Amino acid sequence: MFGLEKKDARLLIIVIGLTMLAPFILNPFPEGSEMAQFNAGYPDLMQRFVIFGILAIGFNILFGLTGYLSFGHAAFLGVGSYAAVWMFKLLSMNVLPAIVLSVAIAGLFSLIIGYVSLRRSGIYFSILTLAFAQMSYALAYSVLTPLTGGETGLQPKATDPRVLDGALAPGETATPSLFGFAMRDSYELTMGSWIFTFNFGYYFAAIVMILAFYVSIRIFRSPFGMMLRAIKSNQTRMSYTGLNAKPYTLAAFVISGMYAGLAGGLLVAMDPQAGAERMFWTASGEIVLMTILGGAGTLIGPVLGAGFIKYFENIVSKINKSTLEQWFYWMPDGIEDVMIAIVYPFVGKGWHLTLGLLFMLVVIFLPGGLVQGGQKIAGMFRRKKTQDAKDGATTPAE
Amino acid sequence: MDQIILQILNGLDKGSAYALIALGLTLIFGTLGVVNFAHGALFMMGAFVSVTVSKVLTISHKVVDESRTDFLGNPLEVDVPYLYDFFGQAAGDVIIDWAVPISILVAIPIMIAIGFIMERGLIKHFYKRPHADQILVTFGLAIVLQEVIKYFYGANPIPTPAPEAFTGSFDFGVAFGFDPNAIIYPYWRLVYFFFSLIVIGAVFAFLQFTTFGMVVRAGMADRETVGLLGIDIDKRFTIMFGIAAAVAGLAGVMYVPINPPNYHMGMDFLVLSFVVVVVGGMGSLPGAVAAGFLLGILESFASMSAVINVLPGINQIIIYLVAIIILLTRPRGLMGRKGVMEE
Repeated sequence: MFGLEKKDARLLIIVIGLTMLAPFILNPFPEGSEMAQFNAGYPDLMQRFVIFGILAIGFNILFGLTGYLSFGHAAFLGVGSYAAVWMFKLLSMNVLPAIVLSVAIAGLFSLIIGYVSLRRSGIYFSILTLAFAQMSYALAYSVLTPLTGGETGLQPKATDPRVLDGALAPGETATPSLFGFAMRDSYELTMGSWIFTFNFGYYFAAIVMILAFYVSIRIFRSPFGMMLRAIKSNQTRMSYTGLNAKPYTLAAFVISGMYAGLAGGLLVAMDPQAGAERMFWTASGEIVLMTILGGAGTLIGPVLGAGFIKYFENIVSKINKSTLEQWFYWMPDGIEDVMIAIVYPFVGKGWHLTLGLLFMLVVIFLPGGLVQGGQKIAGMFRRKKTQDAKDGATTPAE
Repeated sequence: MDQIILQILNGLDKGSAYALIALGLTLIFGTLGVVNFAHGALFMMGAFVSVTVSKVLTISHKVVDESRTDFLGNPLEVDVPYLYDFFGQAAGDVIIDWAVPISILVAIPIMIAIGFIMERGLIKHFYKRPHADQILVTFGLAIVLQEVIKYFYGANPIPTPAPEAFTGSFDFGVAFGFDPNAIIYPYWRLVYFFFSLIVIGAVFAFLQFTTFGMVVRAGMADRETVGLLGIDIDKRFTIMFGIAAAVAGLAGVMYVPINPPNYHMGMDFLVLSFVVVVVGGMGSLPGAVAAGFLLGILESFASMSAVINVLPGINQIIIYLVAIIILLTRPRGLMGRKGVMEE
């Protein structure tokens, strides 16, 4: 199906199913119940899941497949979002041209940075990309203020020309739309005490993500992907066979940069503003975390990692002391206080600590990320099952 | 001319911090071959040792002061630091005033201990893994350390002043025969500069003139051969990690009066010090120090108003620009040896 092998097609169908039914799946608890804060089915968060999923899919093509650890991918995300806002300002609030431009600009930008950075490899490459990204951040923050809005950031204004749309009517705010359907339009479905939100912007982003995922499967399974894998495993040997790795790595870099630009454009399409802090190097670190956490080099891993981190960021960070008191209220007084004291540093504002610890544990014990963890668990069950079968077979009949 | 001297001086304190952090990074990279993204966090830990010491020194108890009364005529309760009880008021005040320099004594053992724990507990297992894994795990560690500090000390910068004797500025203008007030420079920045020179000198002397240092240098050049000679190189490398942590920590301890420490100062310095290491040449100790001072001074020249008027924003990107140019024209860095990390 779609030119995919059976296994990949099944994965793609699972991903399509998950993304399309996300408003149901992510909303397992009824509204108003104690567990309702674990619901992630609101549009803002669902959009983040798929958009950062795209980002991680793209990063995985560079890091997971080719083995080049870039610490500067947030720069492409930032460039993509600036480009999209400019398209909104100049041409039209339609998201399609904005996204096309952000992909194109991010591609160009990554071509330049990649051309220079890829002259080195290993840590030098990491540090070069880091330096370029920090430089772009500093430029966006100060020098390029007319282009980027500097500290205040960039957003569409009522006074913008918008050649295709024409100026806004007084009192109207600029909302990104796709041929008249506004991105923020939602339909709420109430079933009993559950409320499911279907958001147009989310579905748009989800379809883009499915396309991006499909393209990444095709890249993984193509001869080009095979070449990238070969570069990862042993570049020296590749060059001895007379093959120039540079065009391949550069292509991988530009592709992943374009994915990041696409994510940046989509972010702006959902919420039309762009700021420089999106480009700071710790934001690049977060992209790396997503990919590693999920499992670098696997197809589905980065998407899982992105979802996991964004879920934690938005849900765990909301837990505060009174929530914890509610959780542990059934315990005896002394133990309750101890439990709260133990858990409190890891939730709410301290969720970064959980993230850092989790990340260290993954790098140390599960270099293959969540996907490897899942496989290990699955493997354990499978082995048990086969062992049982064997035991049954060898038991002599009396 | 006075402008030039002023900018050179201005660059020295930033340069000193860069040089010290980069020196530690290079020690770890050169000896252990580990890319330590948690090094900035070590710098930050040093700074917070300083904060902690100055807080501990002012721990006080309430004493009823009969000589002072409030408006009702009742005697006032006054906070009296415990130090007064041990050393008397005058000596106690001096000790509190000199909290930052005193922290050095506390910081050295603490930082060495942190270094030991880090190396034995974590880094040891990553020698054989790829550089990417080392970067990732130390990056995770940096986040954890940063969050722990944030949990205990809060997110706001904590002002910790220098001793009374070092407040105020030194008038270089008079000393060099320029107009008075042409070149004035805060005393503490001078202290920081000379302190960094002492630390750098001590590290170099240790490596140059002791047998231990000789073995370590040999290990930096060729680890396997040194191991084959029957020397327990691992133990020495653990000690080197402790020393590198101490160097970063000391840089942090003394930096506190210049910029009040906050929980993300480590991350802020980390990227820059990696750039410094790369410019100096991976694995080259003199390169790291030279590049640290060079880039610090260059940065302060780039922030002169005359330069900014011509090239706005150049002060923020000059270091990266220099690093990119150097990496592309001379990949091994200013003083890097041939063959180290060149691919």
